[in-house]
Formats: sequence, C-alpha cells, structure tokens
Amino acid sequence: MPADVFALDPANLATILGMAAVTLIVRFAGYLTVGRLQPRGRLAAALESVPPAVLTSLVAPMALATGPAESLAAALTVLAAWRLPVLAAAAIGVGAVVLLRMVL
Amino acid sequence: MTQHPASFAADARQGFIDIFPLLLGAIPFALLLGALAAQKGLSPLEMGLMSALVFAGGSQFIAVDMWASPVPILAIVAATLMVNARHLLMGAALAPHLGGLPRGVRLGYIAIHADETWAVGLKRATRGPGLTPGYLAGMLIPFYLQWPIGGVIGCVFGGLVTDPARFGADFVFTAMFLCLVVGLWRGRTSAPPVAAAAVAATLGYLYLPGVWYVFLGALAGTLAGALDPAGVKAVAAREGRVHAG
Repeated sequence: MPADVFALDPANLATILGMAAVTLIVRFAGYLTVGRLQPRGRLAAALESVPPAVLTSLVAPMALATGPAESLAAALTVLAAWRLPVLAAAAIGVGAVVLLRMVL
Repeated sequence: MTQHPASFAADARQGFIDIFPLLLGAIPFALLLGALAAQKGLSPLEMGLMSALVFAGGSQFIAVDMWASPVPILAIVAATLMVNARHLLMGAALAPHLGGLPRGVRLGYIAIHADETWAVGLKRATRGPGLTPGYLAGMLIPFYLQWPIGGVIGCVFGGLVTDPARFGADFVFTAMFLCLVVGLWRGRTSAPPVAAAAVAATLGYLYLPGVWYVFLGALAGTLAGALDPAGVKAVAAREGRVHAG
C-alpha cells in the first residue's frame, strides 16, 4: 500500500467536515420543524428545482461553450439517457467525446 | 414496542431484501465517485471520510467535480447545502411515520437516509406493515456501509490510472450529470429551470471568475422553477398524492 492512502490534507478535511455539517443540518431541520415548516407552493417548487438547476449549471460550460465535439457528445448522452440506465448512457457519452475529439 | 423479540431478525432480513436491488445499483456509483476523486488528488482516506460523513451521493459528485488546488471550500460547502436542501422535504415526510420507534433509531434514520432508503422506508410505512427497528437496521446499515467502502476501493484503483484525459475522463461528470438531469425530468415543467440554468451558467462561465457560474445558474434555475405557475401546480399535485398515499 502506498503511504498516500492515508494522506489527510487539512483544507480537504475542513471541506469534508463543512459538507458533513450542512448536510446534517438540512437532514434534521426538515424532521425537527415538521408542522411548523411545511414547504408548499413556490418554496416547494423552488426546492425541487435546485438539483436540476445545479446539475445543468455544472455541465453548461462543457456542453455549450467548449467545442463542437463536447456539444455533440453531450447531445448524444441526453438521447441515450432517455432509453438507458445512467452508467450505460454516461459510458456512451464518454466514448463519443473521445471519438469526436479525434475526428473534429 | 409491541413486536415479539424474535421478529427483529425477520424484520431485518425483510429490510435487507427490500433494499438489496437498490444497494447493488449504488455500488458502481460509489466506485466511480472514488475513481474520480483519485483523479482530483483526494486520498482513499479522504474519500472514505467524505462518504461516511456526508453520505449524500449527488452532492459528493458535485463537490468532487469542483475540487481543485487550493480547494474552494466555501463554494463546495455552499453547493452541498443547495443540492442537499431537498432533504428538508424528505425529513419532513418521514417525521409522521417514526413516532413509535426508539429515539436512537429515529435519529439514526434521519442522519443516514439516502434517496433509496428514504423511498423504501416511506413505502413500508405508508403501504406496508410499518417501520420497526429491525426493518430499518436491515435496510439502513448495509446500504450505508457500501458507500464509503465502494468509494475507498474506487479511489485506490482510480489512482492507478495515469492519463485519464485519454479516456475522456474529463467528460465523465458532464455525461453523468446530463443523465441525472434526464432522470429528474418531469415533463414540460422541468424546462424553465433547466433552460434558465443553462443560459445563466454559460454566461457566467464566459464573463465571471472562478466557479461563480454555478451559483448564477443555480439561482436562475431555482427562480425559474419557483416563478413558473405550471411547475408550482405540479409540485402541489404530487405532494397531495404523497400525503394521501
């Protein structure tokens, strides 16, 4: 086993602990405030929009503003994802970008 | 508790059987997350700690995607908070069904529920014989453990790949996240948040420094979801079904 299996960078640890803290807070906040805080209407719709909005934001630069190979591969991934499980569709997308980068 | 003591083992077995297909489905993602984390320079120990302490897959993929040197700690923690905000709704939905359980079991379930164990538990509570400590133990503990174990294994082996770009590894996040967006797609009401996020994030990427484009896109998409009357109506209709179910 290489020694760096147990490497623990202080900044990385702080980030992990920060992620853990905010995640625990939202897990328990919903449970403990039930009855007082029942997200409905616009707030519920907003909360439900967060995951697709964040995911779309993360892929936008690569899918829309990097190059034709990446944009085409992104479109192929979306088409594949309508029919196939996530990992299969993602594999098709990654294969497509490798091939398209060689061609385009 | 009103159960016969012997039923703990039987309940635990049933919980394990109910979660098992979903557990098998999660393992490849644990391995993939570990491999991607290795490419970002995270050690297997750091990967294992993250998966054990955060235990929220979507937010971890996003965090690893944003990981850099120096690590943008505030941006990653803020993104984690935004993505995991849906647990507010999930915890609130569980609360009415946990009344008869011992306090430790209740808090444990809230602390380590994932989308999978949340859905299976809620189904058992609303359409089955209800939740017991045995059922939750058999469902939660194996599902919890596979995540850090798979992450560490993926991280050890992912660290052995030396030239990831040749295999299109820089596109793995893009491909996976696109698939997840397709999976979250709920028909026409999903279009405004996704379109607003795409436009705002692309503009932010072109004209703003660092990872601010993520927040600009997330904000635009979330606002679009909140302001679209059809989307609000659809959420209300779904909520009504869950409560009635």
